[in-house]
Amino acid sequence: MPQISQLAETYASQVFWLLIFFGFIFFVIGRGMVPKVMATVEARDKQIAADLAAAEAARSAANAEEDAWRVQANAQRGEAQAVIAKAKAEAAKASEARLAQAQARIDARVGEAEAQIATARSGALKEIEQVAADAAADIVSRLAGVKVDAKAAQAAVKEALNG
Amino acid sequence: MAAEGGKVDPMHQFSIEPMFGTDHWQLAGYNIAFTNSALWMAITAAVLFVFVWGGMKRQLVPGRWQMAVESLTGFIDNLLAANIGPAGKKYVPYIFSIFSFILFANLLGLLPLMLVGVHPFTPTSHFTVTGVLAVLSFAIVLIVGFARHGLHFFSLFVPHGTPWWLLWLIPIIELISFLVRPFSLALRLFVAMMAGHVLLEVLSSFVIDSANSGLLWGGIVGLPSFLLMVAICALELLVAGIQAYVFALLTSLYLNDAENLH
Repeated sequence: MPQISQLAETYASQVFWLLIFFGFIFFVIGRGMVPKVMATVEARDKQIAADLAAAEAARSAANAEEDAWRVQANAQRGEAQAVIAKAKAEAAKASEARLAQAQARIDARVGEAEAQIATARSGALKEIEQVAADAAADIVSRLAGVKVDAKAAQAAVKEALNG
Repeated sequence: MAAEGGKVDPMHQFSIEPMFGTDHWQLAGYNIAFTNSALWMAITAAVLFVFVWGGMKRQLVPGRWQMAVESLTGFIDNLLAANIGPAGKKYVPYIFSIFSFILFANLLGLLPLMLVGVHPFTPTSHFTVTGVLAVLSFAIVLIVGFARHGLHFFSLFVPHGTPWWLLWLIPIIELISFLVRPFSLALRLFVAMMAGHVLLEVLSSFVIDSANSGLLWGGIVGLPSFLLMVAICALELLVAGIQAYVFALLTSLYLNDAENLH
């Protein structure tokens, strides 16, 4: 077993070179390079955490903005509807008033026309009476040869027409 | 694998040989020849350096290599966070060094480089190496424990809920179990690595010897041994990772004792 049989001659060299090379590993690699590697990992972890936090903040900001926008949109919609309703009511009132005016005008003209018709009718009736009385007097004088008084003929016609 | 006289010596792979004619290098009277063991430690350090360096591009969106390095450091970080808590952060460099040095040394020692004529060597199969690592961990535990808690650190040897009539026994048992820690750390790793390598070598000698003695024995002994070897190679890869993990995990548990007492 060389580990034991060569112990006396080699232990010093083994210990010496181990301390040299392990010392190199510890001081150069372990203390020099490993902390840098770990610092890189830490920086990355920190950046990832920061990025996640920023994304989260941006998302909540977007949510808040959307909520605010929705509230505003709702308010504006309500306002718009109120304006529309008001305009509708005003328009309805205006058209009602104009309709009433037009109705009144039409009524007035209809009344006028009816009055005209009534006068025309009574005028025509009077004329018919006159014509009928004349015709009756004429007929009587021709058939009976009797001269009828115009007043009597008129009374007789009135009696015949009005029953 | 020294096939001298048609025999495979399963222990030869652990022998240490000075390289490049450095066998006379001395430091304060001690021989510090640059051996094959030292070479493989150097290769381990170099491969680990290249691996981590490749992951230092510091990109925000990591590539595959950076991802691999970051998952290794993240694994160590999680291990310490789970076992010690927030105070474990400062031990990441040490635990990372221990874990990756053992892992890379174990894996590099398993590479089938004999195919291209290079003799791989596993430094962690020598208790001189694992012993130094264990003593380092143990020393750090002691230093941290006494620095943070002073003499109060000795209360580690009296667990909560110890009945008063056992107060003469429990601290002794706790002390022994505490003092055994560096040995168990060192021996566990060394034995696991050595046993696996010896097993592979013995099985390979079965394959070679039985194949040399004809088709019959080659079929009866060699083929099953070869199939077993393939399976054990996979197991050894697992063991390489598990032993590195166990060493790092136990060190962090001991550090937890030092950091938080009980």
